[in-house]
Amino acid sequence: MTPMTSIIVIALVACVGVYISWRAGRLDRLHARLEAARFALDAALVRRSSVALELASSGLLDPATSVLLAGAAHDARSAQSAREMPESDLTRALRAVFSQPDFRTLLAGREGAEELLGELESASHQVFLARKFYNDAVAATLAARRRWLAVMFRLAGRAPAPEFFEIDDSLAPAGEAGPGADLPHLTS
Amino acid sequence: MRVGLVCPYDWEVPGGVREHISGLAEALIELGHEVSVIAPADDDAELPYYVVPAGRAVPVPYNGSVARLAFGFLSAGRVRRWLKDGDFDVLHVHEPAAPSLSLLACWVADGPIVATMHAAMPRSRALHAAQPILASALEKISGRIAVAEAARSTLVEHLGGDAVLIPNGLHVRRYEKAEPLPGFPGRGGTLGFLGRMDEPRKGLDILLEAFPLLAAERPELRLLIAGASGDADDVLPKVPAQYRDRIVILGRVSDADRIRMLHSVDVFCAPNTGGESFGYVLVEAMAAGAPIVASELDAFRQVLRGGQAGELFPTGDAAALAAATAKLLDDPAHRASLSAAASVAVREFDWSVVARDVVRVYQAVAPATGRVAVSL
Repeated sequence: MTPMTSIIVIALVACVGVYISWRAGRLDRLHARLEAARFALDAALVRRSSVALELASSGLLDPATSVLLAGAAHDARSAQSAREMPESDLTRALRAVFSQPDFRTLLAGREGAEELLGELESASHQVFLARKFYNDAVAATLAARRRWLAVMFRLAGRAPAPEFFEIDDSLAPAGEAGPGADLPHLTS
Repeated sequence: MRVGLVCPYDWEVPGGVREHISGLAEALIELGHEVSVIAPADDDAELPYYVVPAGRAVPVPYNGSVARLAFGFLSAGRVRRWLKDGDFDVLHVHEPAAPSLSLLACWVADGPIVATMHAAMPRSRALHAAQPILASALEKISGRIAVAEAARSTLVEHLGGDAVLIPNGLHVRRYEKAEPLPGFPGRGGTLGFLGRMDEPRKGLDILLEAFPLLAAERPELRLLIAGASGDADDVLPKVPAQYRDRIVILGRVSDADRIRMLHSVDVFCAPNTGGESFGYVLVEAMAAGAPIVASELDAFRQVLRGGQAGELFPTGDAAALAAATAKLLDDPAHRASLSAAASVAVREFDWSVVARDVVRVYQAVAPATGRVAVSL
């Protein structure tokens, strides 16, 4: 082997090495983004159920609505695994509560009502956004993990494959706005 | 007496609590009392003359499934108006911990209030979360009734206080005689199931698992299903293809066909896995004289007198259900004796007996606290 060929081979190997470690770094960044999105989603869900529980125990609502909301919020907050079901149930309970006829009008003027309802609405928006971004991160990570280079060199290491978080978080009452709406509103 | 009854669940959907309230209302009317029932229902729905609609029920997730309830300030307003118009001697709410009309009635009323607890609620933590909200409304109740031991212990454990045990009633006479459905029960034997097909706790899946075990040896055995809700297309795929044509799904049936259905089976199966406080379907089947195989839930064991009035099998065990059912199918004499024992045992559940016990509770609370008033 001439010195020239050796140099070319060494350079090639170095290039491939740099490329692989660059890809691995990219995958690592994707996993980091995924972790951040997971934390954000978790925080948003916890905040939503806390505010729902606060509204339920505020004395602003009638006892039937309060019990309904407290039960749903409690189930959502205490679910360890299989969170999707109770979180969807909380969305449905919120939707049923907020779509009562004249709900806002009847609460208007009561002390603290505006703040709590506003906070709950914003918490629900946060859940919607955080879930969207989390699922985006999952999709990007899964796509990167499936590339042949990542598979062949096991670039993902021992990180478990992420899963999508699928819940019903559309807050528009059925029939009024499609699930395509980007920012759902509890009531118009 | 002038009695106001409150139903928390949609009047237009058949269910144990609704059946209970209409049975009680009719029995009280027969005893000479004046009765008005308020229930979630559309304003233009066709209702018995004693039912006042409180507006359409809203489907919401509650206690592990979807319930159709009425809540909110507008519903509370309807209850208030009904109480004012009714001027009752006693207010009798049902399932007051459910987030619906009964709880609202406790909230807006003062005076003699009687409450009946129907369901056993094992999900105590969720109830715990709602406890402070419930407490102020529920402490107005001066007489509490539980329809079964399980409902009573729920009350004792989660809400405090005790209750008198008065079982669910039914009009036994209406069940005693009926023409079987055409072609039933047939020579090869027929099993029966009554209940919501899409509600896992009703246990249809366990029966569908047991049916092939029985059908393999009995070429003409059929299964008759009357389901209040659920889709036949979801049910049949759970059974091997060669047995599917032996399953007859009636879907939702009228009250009359329900009784005819109970007279059309050789063995009635109640494979419920839990959440039953009393077992109304069992009492119905007993009144119709159907031999029964039921899972050994506490409530079922009690209704069937520990197994004297029907066979019990370990809850959730499809093989045991198949074995118990096979034993009955092969022994007509045993079927006849179970059926006879059931017909005797069911008499204590007749509304004429049960309603008198309820009236005694009314009499115990009414004089002490005056008439029912609106507090808010």
